[in-house]
Amino acid sequence: MTSPAEVGIPPRDERAVRLGPTRRRPAEVLFHGLLLTSLIIGLIFLVTLLVYVVARGWPRLDARLWENFNSIRRPERAGAQAAIFGTIWVMGLTALLCLPTGILAAIYMEEYADKTKWWNRAIELNLQNLAAVPSIVYGILGLGIIARQFGLGTSIITAAITLSLLVLPVVVVASREAIRAVPSTIRDGSLALGATKWQTIWKQILPAAIPGIATGSILALSRAIGEAAPLLLLGAVTFVAFNPDSLTSAYTVLPIQIYDWIRQSREEFQVLAAAAIVILLAILLLMNSVAIYIRNRYQKRW
Amino acid sequence: MAEQTADTPAEGGGLSRSLDYRESSRDRATRDTEAVFSVKDLGVYYGDYLAVRDTNLTVRRYQITAMIGPSGCGKSTILRCFNRMNDLIPGARVTGKIQYHDEDLYGPDIDTIEVRRRIGMVFQKPNPFPKSIYDNVAYGPRVNKIKGNLDDIVEEALVGAALWDEVKDQLKSSGLALSGGQQQRLCIARTIAVKPEVILMDEPCAALDPIATAKIEDLMGELAERYTIVIVTHNMQQAARVSDRTAFFTAEVDEQGVRHGRLVEFDLTSTIFSKPSDKRTEDYITGRFG
Repeated sequence: MTSPAEVGIPPRDERAVRLGPTRRRPAEVLFHGLLLTSLIIGLIFLVTLLVYVVARGWPRLDARLWENFNSIRRPERAGAQAAIFGTIWVMGLTALLCLPTGILAAIYMEEYADKTKWWNRAIELNLQNLAAVPSIVYGILGLGIIARQFGLGTSIITAAITLSLLVLPVVVVASREAIRAVPSTIRDGSLALGATKWQTIWKQILPAAIPGIATGSILALSRAIGEAAPLLLLGAVTFVAFNPDSLTSAYTVLPIQIYDWIRQSREEFQVLAAAAIVILLAILLLMNSVAIYIRNRYQKRW
Repeated sequence: MAEQTADTPAEGGGLSRSLDYRESSRDRATRDTEAVFSVKDLGVYYGDYLAVRDTNLTVRRYQITAMIGPSGCGKSTILRCFNRMNDLIPGARVTGKIQYHDEDLYGPDIDTIEVRRRIGMVFQKPNPFPKSIYDNVAYGPRVNKIKGNLDDIVEEALVGAALWDEVKDQLKSSGLALSGGQQQRLCIARTIAVKPEVILMDEPCAALDPIATAKIEDLMGELAERYTIVIVTHNMQQAARVSDRTAFFTAEVDEQGVRHGRLVEFDLTSTIFSKPSDKRTEDYITGRFG
């Protein structure tokens, strides 16, 4: 009988090869640990921030914060109502301006633009660069063109337009990715039934792209709500004792109010600032919850 | 490439005996019904690349025309010309002519939306929309603003696709929750809901198991009573089973080593599979290549 060696098969290990026990694989454990560590580091910073802010602002987290207006001389009577309403107005307008514009721009770039033309490629390149421009530059743009040239002045509408321009690249890029991710089989199936391009986009592609678009809007609006620098330049005053009443009224927003209070020397204002930060986070959370709700509804497992 | 007429029925030659070839249902194949598509010297370019050329064939009404051949010979490309889906590919253009009844399909005034409503397509991998079964079938009628009771239209389409009994109690459930064969029949229902004249099928059973395939082949026989069908298939036996006329394509490699597809032979299925005129056809169907 020929042995395996004669036939050219390498000799088998005499020890029987067993399936168990589970072998330790250090690379797996290391990688898992690395990922967990990264997550924890991020969480630690976030949690520290939250805990600090809530603890610091706790004494002033009461009805006065949203019922009263600001007061320089009497901190115990100061509130952030003007800033809260100002933020809500500005953010509402910003969302109204930048979301439709960004989504429609993304639809055009993905579905209609001829990608081989040089100017479309130039637009694509520049759009991504725009997201990196410092926000203060947008403030200068807003002041020079929108406030002065267009004559809209230091008003809520100017702030909304400027912030919309600031976050537009984020909306467009996220929406484009979402639209691109819709399988082309859906598009083909729709067109093959005699649907027009617009019907296909409106009835099939957009609904399928909503989760990605919602994520993009969360990112965009989260950025916009915290912007103080461009709005300072645009004339959001810090001492405002009234709520906005029209698109052209003066205003203030929470980031600026917070900035102003922090700069005060008196301790009570520091506490107020921390409390106002909590309010800002709460508004942000509320806004994002709406977007997450929309995203989840459209992500329903079909 | 000349078409044979009805007076030369298939002989039980050695080639056809090895395939499951049913003569009895092929009466309609020999009827020369009116031409729906007349294809003359059709060639398709993607940019500068000539994908397929010199295609001449006639698709007749209420018949099943099959296009067979090895991979990369241009069958699907030609199929997509019939409903102008190639327009969606940048750089795609056609030379030659496709006559749809008395109109030039690629004429300057042709409304591609109307073309696609009249000439429907079922794709290789079932692609139901991420919507309910009802909304899948109702989509076509809705976007084309077809008048009539939508419930009735949906039911009629699902009956026509042999799917109604299986899904009538779950019309609101997701189209994606069906099995592969059911999804493909849903896609067929979707296509016939807009009452097309022609149904193009691009390897419709390629992703399905044999039982689902058999169901769809039976369905094709029924559909051919009301629609004109053109099917691209890799499966020769399928072409022999269901089709009335068959076009055989092949791929040729030119001096630069580039592949181009071309039509080799177009004839009654019975003739192609029993006594084809071209040796390449004979080689293909006897399995010597491809």
